[in-house]
Amino acid sequence: MTQEEWQPVCPVEELEVERGVTALVHGQALAIFRTHDDSVYALGNYDPFAKASVLARGIVGTRGDVPFVASPMHKHAFDLRTGRCLDDDHVAVPSYEVKVVDGLVHVGPRLLA
Amino acid sequence: MTHTRKTLVVAGHGMVGHRFVQAAIERGLTERFDVVVVGEEPRPAYDRVALTSFFSASTADELSLLPEGQYDDPRVRLLLDTTVTAVDRDTRTVALDDGQLLGFDVLVLATGAAPFVPPVPGRDLDGCFVYRTIEDLEAIREAAAMATTGAVIGGGLLGLEAANALVQLGLDTHVVEMAPRLMPVQLDPAGGATLVRHIEKLGVTVHTGAATSSVLGSDEAAGAPAGRVTGLALAEGATVPAEVVVFSAGIRPRDGLARECGLDVAERGGVLVDEQCRTRDAGIFAIGECAAPAGRMYGLVAPGYQMAEVVVDVLLDGLGGFTGADMSTKLKLLGVDVASFGDAFATTDGALELVFADAVAGIYKKLVVSADGSRLLGGVLVGDASAYGVLRPMVSSGMDLPENPEELILPAARGTAQVGMPDGAVVCSCNNVTKGTICSTIDAQGCADLPCAKACTRAGTTCGSCLPVVKNLLTERLEAGGRRVATGICEHFDLTRQELFDLVSVHGYRRFDDIVEAHGRGRGCDVCKPAIASILASQLNGHVLDADTAALQDTNDAYLANIQRNGTYSVVPRVPGGEITPEKLIVIGEVARDFGLYTKITGGQRIDLFGARMEELPAIWRRLVDAGFESGHAYGKSLRTVKSCVGSTWCRYGVQDSVQLAIDLELRYRGLRSPHKLKGGVSGCARECAEARSKDFGVIATEKGWNLYVCGNGGATPAHAQLLAGDLSTEDLVRYLDRFLLYYVRTADRLQRTSTWLGTIDGGLDRVREIVVDDALGLGAQLEADMARHVDTYVDEWKATLDDSDKLARFVSFVNAPGTPDPNITFTTERGQIRPATLDQPVDLGASIPVGAP
Ligand code: SRM
Ligand SMILES: Cc1cc2nc3c(=O)[nH]c(=O)nc-3n(C[C@H](O)[C@H](O)[C@H](O)COP(=O)(O)OP(=O)(O)OC[C@H]3O[C@@H](n4cnc5c(N)ncnc54)[C@H](O)[C@@H]3O)c2cc1C
Ligand code: SF4
Ligand code: FES
Repeated sequence: MTQEEWQPVCPVEELEVERGVTALVHGQALAIFRTHDDSVYALGNYDPFAKASVLARGIVGTRGDVPFVASPMHKHAFDLRTGRCLDDDHVAVPSYEVKVVDGLVHVGPRLLA
Repeated sequence: MTHTRKTLVVAGHGMVGHRFVQAAIERGLTERFDVVVVGEEPRPAYDRVALTSFFSASTADELSLLPEGQYDDPRVRLLLDTTVTAVDRDTRTVALDDGQLLGFDVLVLATGAAPFVPPVPGRDLDGCFVYRTIEDLEAIREAAAMATTGAVIGGGLLGLEAANALVQLGLDTHVVEMAPRLMPVQLDPAGGATLVRHIEKLGVTVHTGAATSSVLGSDEAAGAPAGRVTGLALAEGATVPAEVVVFSAGIRPRDGLARECGLDVAERGGVLVDEQCRTRDAGIFAIGECAAPAGRMYGLVAPGYQMAEVVVDVLLDGLGGFTGADMSTKLKLLGVDVASFGDAFATTDGALELVFADAVAGIYKKLVVSADGSRLLGGVLVGDASAYGVLRPMVSSGMDLPENPEELILPAARGTAQVGMPDGAVVCSCNNVTKGTICSTIDAQGCADLPCAKACTRAGTTCGSCLPVVKNLLTERLEAGGRRVATGICEHFDLTRQELFDLVSVHGYRRFDDIVEAHGRGRGCDVCKPAIASILASQLNGHVLDADTAALQDTNDAYLANIQRNGTYSVVPRVPGGEITPEKLIVIGEVARDFGLYTKITGGQRIDLFGARMEELPAIWRRLVDAGFESGHAYGKSLRTVKSCVGSTWCRYGVQDSVQLAIDLELRYRGLRSPHKLKGGVSGCARECAEARSKDFGVIATEKGWNLYVCGNGGATPAHAQLLAGDLSTEDLVRYLDRFLLYYVRTADRLQRTSTWLGTIDGGLDRVREIVVDDALGLGAQLEADMARHVDTYVDEWKATLDDSDKLARFVSFVNAPGTPDPNITFTTERGQIRPATLDQPVDLGASIPVGAP
């Protein structure tokens, strides 16, 4: 399996609104989020500040118009769309393409920042 | 202009000596002088005015005026624990008790005053104290621990302050005053009588018009060690029982150094100085309580500060002079407001008195106005001194009285907040700061909150009685500048936590979405979501993982466990009061062994099991719940533990069953969601082995029941809990605690512990006592009913989770590979147990782990 392939993960209904789940995709732990407007996003689950695989367990909300997740560890905020850290420009986590087909969430290749 | 540096010696490092040095540094006097300060006490100057708060302070440092221990100007040398023993005016030297001689060009005497102990027989017995220094208070506290009764000789300002302290230390307290009323210097007879009624209600026995003829001591025959105080004999033949006696019969200026070197002293004591605070010797000054400008000594700190500034003025070649001072006093004695200001006794020719008295409420207010009714000259307030902040500046500024001056003292006086003060009015008399200075400083420095305004203006930093006015001025300046104290909890709400709490309760909201749509904007964040989750939980006591609230929960609540640095969790079962059976200990041991968890005894008298993977939590809790354990809420902003000592069941000193009470309280308040975590403690006697006074609520057993202390904590800024009410029955204790806790839950900010919350309440602990004990707001029944509902609807969160497949569904490692543990989590071992291994980057499993698509 290569990084570029699309991989089905789970039915979209299994995702709680504004809460994440962890999925194993492309050999990595990814955090999948569903927002209030039913968009679905995927980020790497690893919080580079805390050095722990935890992002899926953070609180989801908005800063201005930006949908974000606050890491459960030390509350660093990451943009759900790009993985960019909102508190520190120099840091980002990987973000991945996502599509929902027939009610099933698929995760695709890593987005280039 | 002189070109050689001179030496300035300051004798005494008390409040005034310190103020002098501060001003000398700030205003450049140290450019010309090397300063040596000699202080007899073992520590740098501290806030003597706030001395009584030493009992509630956690360390003496809290009172310090120089917490760094040294001035940061290298030209100032501070010698502590050192006494000036003599002044030689011929050789211009002072002698120190360590044998040193110090030369001086200028000497400033700031030696303060000493308590006056009347020459009654028995005054040297063990158990007799004065009330002046931290060491005095330490000695009193130690003696009080072994005593049940105490007496204060002297019913003046300081005597009542000392009586207050004895009450706080749990003693049955008597006050013996020779004059026919309390506070004879400040109060008129009617005011004094009102004060007596208040103080007697608090359990203090007041003896006025009573002279002490001797202090009684024990003799060996009676069993007690000989030479210890047992009571007082009064002139009329009555006796007062007391194992602790505090003399507070006035103060005497410490003018001995001046006397012995041939300087003049005033008739009634005090180094005689002129308007510039200079003695007959042009190089020697005296300031503060040891000084008597124009023959009069002042027993308050504000005039001393003025004298300190005057001497700095004079030495800088400036002019300046001291021409008398405002002797106004306001204090809160045993929870009773008392204020006396200006010409309180109406001694001015033709002065008129306006009096308002309400005997039932215990309020007495008197205004003294000029013969033509146009100016306020002074007044006395007992029972309600809220008008003091406005009235005293009216006296000092001489502004015109409003048309109906009586409105200033009528209940709910319209005037108190509104009456405009002229800029020249002195708002803070301790530090001599005017309204004009406060306003211009706030504007110039851009102060946005009270601590900043205090630091920049110095107003409110001494006795604190002017703070309400300073706060009003701050709000006024901020509004005038179009600024506003931002109060919203985050970008999604302009409301405070308390406002949100009230909204939720009025509208009966149950969902975050409804609240944010009606009163906020956006989709919320990690600040407002947990805050609202906590408010909903406090009011409804629903399960935190219910569908409507699960996504709002903070990190730890979200998985009912505490997250650890490697993403695993810790598990803390509740062990109420720290009492546990061997069987249950064995179960905890077995669970820890079977799941390979790191085990540690916590600081909260229970056991923490670390290193559980999220997906293991249900299985671990299944075992614990089956063995009779329930959630310890170590993860929640809610009740943690009620720590206990072993108490009267086993301990030879215990006077009540502290373990039983701790268990009862822990079970009563378990699961109560609050603005921050809550901790309690119960000790079986005054030895306080449970450290109850370091908790949000602490209970200490007495012979007659329980003393209830509130608003303490450990952590980064420790605070000792303060006495809310004493000698309570268990029933009253629980009632007050119910009210106290829910009032805090309702009104505190998010993440505000009880001690910080207390600091934000106007009127502080006394106000809380009015609400909780006296039920001044009539909220008592409601708060009790709310707590009863909480107790009735409590269920164990973990048991409820195990019984609900929807809630269990979130405890999986990967949605698409529920059986696979997260490989990012690895452990090594240390001291025979696991510990997290550190990883520097995410683990890549490549294709090695088969992944099942759904
Ligand atoms: C486990 C324990 C240390 C231990 O090994 O003994 C501990 C561990 C933590 N403490 Fe503590 N505290 C523990 C007793 C204390 C105590 C002592 C006590 O309770 O008697 C204090 C000082 C007393 C106090 O709270 O006033 C204490 C003061 C703090 C503070 C500072 C609070 C403050 O108001 O300044 C924090 C930070 C906070 O809550 O914001 C904190 C926070 C924490 C957290 C929750 C930090 C976090 O968010 O990860 C730690 C994780 C707990 C866990 O289980 O993973 N812990 N912590 C103790 C658990 C007690 C229990 O059985 O529940
Ligand atoms: C319990 C209490 C409550 C009070 N409440 C109020 C109040 O509400 N409002 C108010 O205005 N005032 C109040 N006061 C009075 C106020 O504390 C004093 O007015 C103030 O402390 C005077 O300052 P000072 O520097 O002159 O004297 P102190 O603060 O007493 O300092 C004098 C220092 O000089 C030292 N010293 C003396 N002799 C020597 C020597 N030979 N060599 C070296 N060092 C020496 C002493 O040990 C002492 O440390 C209160 C006092 C007490 C005790
Ligand atoms: S506080 Fe008192 S009763 Fe409790 S253990 Fe200590 S000495 Fe014994
Ligand atoms: S009046 Fe005492 S601090 Fe301001």
